[in-house]
Amino acid sequence: MRDVAVIGIGMTKWGELWEKSLRDIYVETALMAIEDAGVDHIDSMYIGSMSSGIFVGQEHIASLLADYLGTSPVPSARVETACASGGLALRMGFMEVASGMNDIVLVSGIEKMTDVGGDKATYALGTAADQEYECYHGVTFPGLYALMAVDHMNKYGTTRKQLAEVAVKNHRNGSKNPLAQFPFEVTVDAVLNSVQVADPLRILDCSPITDGAAAAIICPVDMAQKFRDHPVVKILGSGQATDSIALSQRNDISWLESTYRAGKGAYEMAGKKPSDMDLFEVHDCFTIAELCVMEALGMVEKGKSGEAVEKGRTAVNGDIPVNPSGGLKSKGHPVGATGIAQVLEIVKQLRGEAGERQVKDARTGLTQNMGGSGASTVVHIFERD
Amino acid sequence: MTTPSRYWREIPQRYRGEANSCEKCKKKFFPPRLICPKCGNRDLAKAKIADKGKVLSFTIIRVPPSPFKDQAPYAVGIVELKDGVKIMGQIVECDFKDLKVGLPVKIEFRKMFKEGHSGILCYGYKFVPDS
Ligand SMILES: [Zn+2]
Repeated sequence: MRDVAVIGIGMTKWGELWEKSLRDIYVETALMAIEDAGVDHIDSMYIGSMSSGIFVGQEHIASLLADYLGTSPVPSARVETACASGGLALRMGFMEVASGMNDIVLVSGIEKMTDVGGDKATYALGTAADQEYECYHGVTFPGLYALMAVDHMNKYGTTRKQLAEVAVKNHRNGSKNPLAQFPFEVTVDAVLNSVQVADPLRILDCSPITDGAAAAIICPVDMAQKFRDHPVVKILGSGQATDSIALSQRNDISWLESTYRAGKGAYEMAGKKPSDMDLFEVHDCFTIAELCVMEALGMVEKGKSGEAVEKGRTAVNGDIPVNPSGGLKSKGHPVGATGIAQVLEIVKQLRGEAGERQVKDARTGLTQNMGGSGASTVVHIFERD
Repeated sequence: MTTPSRYWREIPQRYRGEANSCEKCKKKFFPPRLICPKCGNRDLAKAKIADKGKVLSFTIIRVPPSPFKDQAPYAVGIVELKDGVKIMGQIVECDFKDLKVGLPVKIEFRKMFKEGHSGILCYGYKFVPDS
């Protein structure tokens, strides 16, 4: 296998982008990544998108977006593992470059979610759960994560306030990210008094509905300095794993086995351990998700995540910074794009370009992108040369 | 969400709790499966799920999907039945303040929701406290 580097990144401001279509958002973002990389062509492209069919009534977007980007006839494929689709796009591109099949690959993710109303968006997101044995009973995604939260609180004494601290920390980070959908701070009180969605989760525990895309260019490490003089960011490890799509089928409701497995695969490939990471970008679709992910990735012991957040350990200046970008919570969550936006943050951090939210001396970072209630996870580990 | 044929296919599970179990490792599956994910055995025998169990976790859905608009707020839980089968379902006839992990419940057959304007009535299992 060849070593692979990320040489270009692109992302425009996320939010409710009523004036922009799926194809416009995509092309703007992909062009930014191509310009940042300084390449004059790409050999192939992957697009992570969870549900363009329901959100904008358009399937076959791989060819549509290649056409509008002006890269046809290069091969283009859309990949899907629910909210982990973006991470999967990177993994597919990584395999293609590592194998020697192609050199310069565009990996990207996109979701245009606000062309439909709230009910249809809820339905689209619900399709990432078991239609016959979960959705049939009226559960929602906040509901599934609420079931994990109640289990975690019951087993480990995790508190409602500790959950709120995740949102507060991520909004603090996001307030320093100009591309974030909600770049403002929130207080613990604001979270605890926000509208109830699925007990014990409230609206400020939940990531929002967002339009947005993110893109990156990858190539073999030995070609990385041919184009621009960015610090070279290598992909050291890639891991992916699955679990039962139905939450009820798991041995432990608040343990994310797919994240544990995907993390293990990535750590082993990279020859690294959790304590080697300078920062983490993880899938905080709900505040409880960030806590469960911290445990499954080995940042803290099982049951100790709430306490770690409360003590400030996961802040930008803490010993295990988590989601310096603002996470899904503040940055927004256009589901298929999230996994690539995580990569973008890690690359910015490792290049030392993260501005006010820069993690000091960041050299090694990890992304964890998760689908559904944890039935899919993709993990990548990056290091600056 | 559902069509008549899709609905009809799930009737044995939803109305009668039909499951199956692995003859080799004795694990019971609900819904029934074609292959045991544990040991790879394809020789699975018909079975039924137990009708009683206890709540493993629960939530109260305040912002429901559209077919459940007229029911919110309602409780949903994951229940472990006496035969080890774990299933999700609504917990009804229980004050929200009485919901707790470990609550004994039993299965009852109920109306779930009405599909669309002139659609079919959808039925299935729900949990009620077992006192
Ligand atoms: Zn078996």
